[in-house]
Amino acid sequence: MSIRHLLTAAAVTVGLATPAAAQIEIQWWHAMTGANNQVIVNLAEAFNAAQKDYKVVPTYKGSYADTMNAGIAAFRAGNAPHIMQVFEVGTATMMSAGRAIKPVHVLMKEAGEKFDPAAYLPTITGYYSTLKGEMLSFPFNSSSAVMWYNKDSFRKAGLDPAKPPRTWPEVFEAAKKLRANGHPECGFSNAWVTWLNLEQLSAWHNVPLATKANGMEGFDTVLQFNSPLHVKHLQTLVDLVKDKTYSYSGRTNTGEGRFTSGECPIFMTSSAFFGNVRANAKFDFGNAPLPYYPDVSGAPQNTIIGGASLWVMTGKKAEDYKGVAKFFSFLSETDRQVDLHTKSGYLPITKAAYEKIKASGFYKNAPYLETPLIELTNKPPTANSRGLRLGNMVQMRDMWAEEIEAALAGKKTAKQALDDAVSRGNDVLRQFERTIAK
Amino acid sequence: MEKRVTFGGWTWPLLLLAPQVLVTLVFFYWPASQAVWQSFLLEDAFGLKTEFVWFTNYIELFQNRDYYASMGVTALFAALVTTLSLSIALFLATQADKHISGAAVYKTLLIWPYAVAPAVAGVLWLFMFQPSLGIVAQGLRRMGIAWDPLLNGTHAMTLVVMAATWKQISYNFLFFLAGLQSIPKSVYEAAAIDGARPLRRFWTITFPLLSPTAFFLLVVNIVYVFFDTFGIIDSVTGGGPSKATETLVYKVYQDGKLGANLGGSAAQSVVLMVIVVALTAVQFRYIDRRVNYK
Repeated sequence: MSIRHLLTAAAVTVGLATPAAAQIEIQWWHAMTGANNQVIVNLAEAFNAAQKDYKVVPTYKGSYADTMNAGIAAFRAGNAPHIMQVFEVGTATMMSAGRAIKPVHVLMKEAGEKFDPAAYLPTITGYYSTLKGEMLSFPFNSSSAVMWYNKDSFRKAGLDPAKPPRTWPEVFEAAKKLRANGHPECGFSNAWVTWLNLEQLSAWHNVPLATKANGMEGFDTVLQFNSPLHVKHLQTLVDLVKDKTYSYSGRTNTGEGRFTSGECPIFMTSSAFFGNVRANAKFDFGNAPLPYYPDVSGAPQNTIIGGASLWVMTGKKAEDYKGVAKFFSFLSETDRQVDLHTKSGYLPITKAAYEKIKASGFYKNAPYLETPLIELTNKPPTANSRGLRLGNMVQMRDMWAEEIEAALAGKKTAKQALDDAVSRGNDVLRQFERTIAK
Repeated sequence: MEKRVTFGGWTWPLLLLAPQVLVTLVFFYWPASQAVWQSFLLEDAFGLKTEFVWFTNYIELFQNRDYYASMGVTALFAALVTTLSLSIALFLATQADKHISGAAVYKTLLIWPYAVAPAVAGVLWLFMFQPSLGIVAQGLRRMGIAWDPLLNGTHAMTLVVMAATWKQISYNFLFFLAGLQSIPKSVYEAAAIDGARPLRRFWTITFPLLSPTAFFLLVVNIVYVFFDTFGIIDSVTGGGPSKATETLVYKVYQDGKLGANLGGSAAQSVVLMVIVVALTAVQFRYIDRRVNYK
């Protein structure tokens, strides 16, 4: 046997010993805890079991802001994950990241994966797409804002639990009755003070939060939420906070426990609050679409989504991206979406999944899961209700909340507070524009 | 007879100094110099575009009204926490230094809070004073006080001051107690024989002899309030309401981490560093002279 034969034999043996191709790991950084973390782990396990070429590895990285910062730091250090979960208000920052991100529509095309943007619900994907409808990030956990209410308290106060208030004046009336009947500390309240009272309020009434279609048409957008409608709404809250018909519950969702504990009988927050309500509320509960001001023509329009989407980071090999594309196709499967929605309460992202759930009669027993979908699809989205794309939104929300707090504490008039919130926010927008335009 | 170790050459002293110097270089000078460099840059979050902008970040910072408000908040916060934690700790230490039964138990209990992480301390106080569920908050309500740290800035400030003070008392207590125990008993006895009453003994003996300890603690406490209280503020108020509890260090975090304004945030860090260095220098320059080191 010659040396050459030996070498050939060795090569063949080695070739046989290694599997066709080593499994490729796909890193997925996320911000989900508790039951939602389990949803992520289950999805990764199901995908890993369904095929052998790729292995999705989910890693919890802390809060939404922490996860985003970890991803940004990792990118700067040259080891970004493949997939990063980013909350909706981080969209503008991610979009402006240029060569750090790989848009989903590019990813699917390059990987040769079948991908039809028209199959997705436009009110959800629109938030994460260019104006031409090119999907930039993959919607993962979406929700919208709804009004939760305590049916037992409604009965005690002589209100009809089957007919929750539909307009803001009706909410104020109901809250006054509830306050007089067992809820002295809180008639109604809300979490995410700016999301509810500025962002959703604007979309739901088809008035702009900012110019350039709320920033979706350009980063040279200017805030506009000091309009008469916004001022009137805030002024009403300022008046009502005095006798606790309205009660303030903070900037984030840490005050949500005031609903499940029974303290606040009407509470506006995310539809994703569902899991918590089901687990902790010891009373008969329901939810309804957000209220509107009937004197605003065209209201209600449609609400916008909250939640997070999956961004794909650059700098990986082409084979890796094939795996990411396959994973996104896997997530889009109709049955998978049906399963996700009915078990976790996240909104389905494809039209087929929504139709299938509707046809199955599932919503008859779980109407509170359909409320956000009714709101989102109430009317075709306009420039004011498609979504928001404002830079440094996390910081801006804090600024806006500070101003609202000043108004509620009686330190400023509603008009002054909103004027200040707009002007401070505009400074942030200009700063953002400056950093990304260079 | 004097005991003095002498080294034959430079090798040993340098080797022995090296670890400390290295640690200082890596964990202080390196990051600090990076912060200084960053403060002259305008950069997006991903570091894709970087521009050298000279002093723009500083100019913007000093034109920002919020920044001065934050300085005021920090000054108030620092004054309250330092005064309260030092005086309460001194009182407790003098009491624990007496011959009472179970002194060891009291001492141990008083030292415990120091082992609690700032964020955890914050959450503890948050729970007690949470307007709708907190035990203390409910008590306050029954007394007719409309406790509302979510909207009332004074209430929020009171809450973070209490949490920060509570956390620091243990540390101060430990040092004061050690300081008290090092004062010779014979001095007190002599004073007592001369007819000095306890209060007079405290002001003429204890207080001056404790002054080195108190001075050291003052420096440490100021640094604590400026930097280490971040966890408490983050978990209790998040700087709110309406910036009522936004200290300088919290603002660095707000602007840098949440606002992705790295240059502006770095400029704030540099200013903060200068303030603390200046405060410490002033303390050593003026107060140190009046401290009695025996």
